[in-house]
Amino acid sequence: MAGIELLSDQGFRADGRRPHELRKIRCRMGVFRQADGSAYIEQGNTKVLATVYGPHEITGGRSKALHDKVLLNCQYSMATFSTGERKTRPKGDRRSQEMSMNLRRTFQAAILTHLYPRSQIDIYVQVLQSDGGNYCACVNAATLAVIDAGIPMRDYVCACTSSLLEDTPVVDISYLEESVGSPEMVVALLPKSEQIVLFQQNSRLHVDNLEKVLDMGIKGCTDVYGILDQSVREHVTEVSNLMMST
Amino acid sequence: MAVDIRLPRKRKRGELTSEPRGLVSPGDVITSDTGFMRGHGTYMEDDKLHASVAGVVERVNKLICVQPLKTRYNGEVGDVVVGRITEVGQKRWRVDTNSRLNSILMLSSVNLPGGELRRRSAEDELMMRQYLSEGDLISAEVQSVFSDGALSLHTRSLKYGKLGQGILLKVSPSLVKRRKTHFHNLPCGASVILGNNGYIWISPTVENESSDTAGGFIQNLEPVSEDERGVIARLRNCILGLAEHRLMLYDTSVLYTYETSTKYEIHELLKPDVMEEVIHLARLKLEQEGT
Repeated sequence: MAGIELLSDQGFRADGRRPHELRKIRCRMGVFRQADGSAYIEQGNTKVLATVYGPHEITGGRSKALHDKVLLNCQYSMATFSTGERKTRPKGDRRSQEMSMNLRRTFQAAILTHLYPRSQIDIYVQVLQSDGGNYCACVNAATLAVIDAGIPMRDYVCACTSSLLEDTPVVDISYLEESVGSPEMVVALLPKSEQIVLFQQNSRLHVDNLEKVLDMGIKGCTDVYGILDQSVREHVTEVSNLMMST
Repeated sequence: MAVDIRLPRKRKRGELTSEPRGLVSPGDVITSDTGFMRGHGTYMEDDKLHASVAGVVERVNKLICVQPLKTRYNGEVGDVVVGRITEVGQKRWRVDTNSRLNSILMLSSVNLPGGELRRRSAEDELMMRQYLSEGDLISAEVQSVFSDGALSLHTRSLKYGKLGQGILLKVSPSLVKRRKTHFHNLPCGASVILGNNGYIWISPTVENESSDTAGGFIQNLEPVSEDERGVIARLRNCILGLAEHRLMLYDTSVLYTYETSTKYEIHELLKPDVMEEVIHLARLKLEQEGT
């Protein structure tokens, strides 16, 4: 890849960020009326919509019900127009199935599942525009949607990617940085207790570097948490003020 | 045909006021004092009480709970609910009441046609689908809550039973204010059932209900006059507007909104800016009354 300098001598990345800086995050809760909870998040140019239905009666056969905890059903999908080339994506392809499974495991760790035996919670996430860090944006959007739905959670789940460019750990990598084959590390974290609920690594990374890249990812997650928490508080304040006045 | 087209409206942000006291989000520590009891929306970890939902902390003596802004319906004994039959089973109907599990209406907790009280026989079981079949709407009261959280309903009163002609609205259950009565015959000429589960039923008022001996299973299918339908449609728009602007729903708020909306045509109420003005006026009126 000639010509593209991912990290300049002055310490700036291709899109002008410093190594420890996240992309701009904008989020909104309660975007749909008919869903129990919904949220929209933009992390740079990655845009994701999440909706949550439930807890409700099991759909499609009561035999699937779990007697001691809630059945979590996650579905990850990407819009036809989300990437550079337009492509119809069938529902159950391998990639999205894997993503759905990861989402389910992540949220099973965070949602207080034992409170709703024999019920079901659906989490649907759709990527509207993809520019790196899809899974992280999905987790963050789904967290907001679950909070919007009033479903009890142990803690927020925040996810962030990190990588190593020219021996410098960088956080929240974009599609450009992802596609040059740098080692991508995905961390999903419960920020208050700093417990890692998902850890994923694409391509190889030397073990000496593991710790500093992981630290960078964890720091990114806590930064994301600050932003999400602020927007939740603003949302709750706004709505409860309206309800309080009558 | 005239078509009305508007540009997308900019989302209005409420003026940022200070956070209410005791606002928590999931994972926040409410207290590390062990002398408190753990209520809904909280959990205990490392001897500390954490919040599990986003909302405002409520404290009753030693009990701490957090009420989220929006949830599925959590039933309590004595609540009035509106529901839809989803399944007819042996000796019971399953009813969708917007709660996390389908509610159950036992054959033994309905008034049978004829109004007589007797043991339910095998014939009654075979007749169940004639009384209530899938898709029928009913109003009922919560009789008890099962251990897994499902509700048991009953319609052992003439005011409950099968619903005839009208409109069903679905709003958030937290917007329905708990009152002594949830059945209202509004002076504008329609009846409203404000179900605690967020399902709202609007129907034309019937005058002579005392002669009802069928146990509420016979539907009145006479055509509803256009005036009455106008009133019902206006009420629908008003209630949806109230829910959109997150005002509590009870007889006074619905009535005031209805009154302030009369200067507009019914279809004009569907425009967001008109609705906003109507709701604003109704809110002012409610605040005047309240003080």
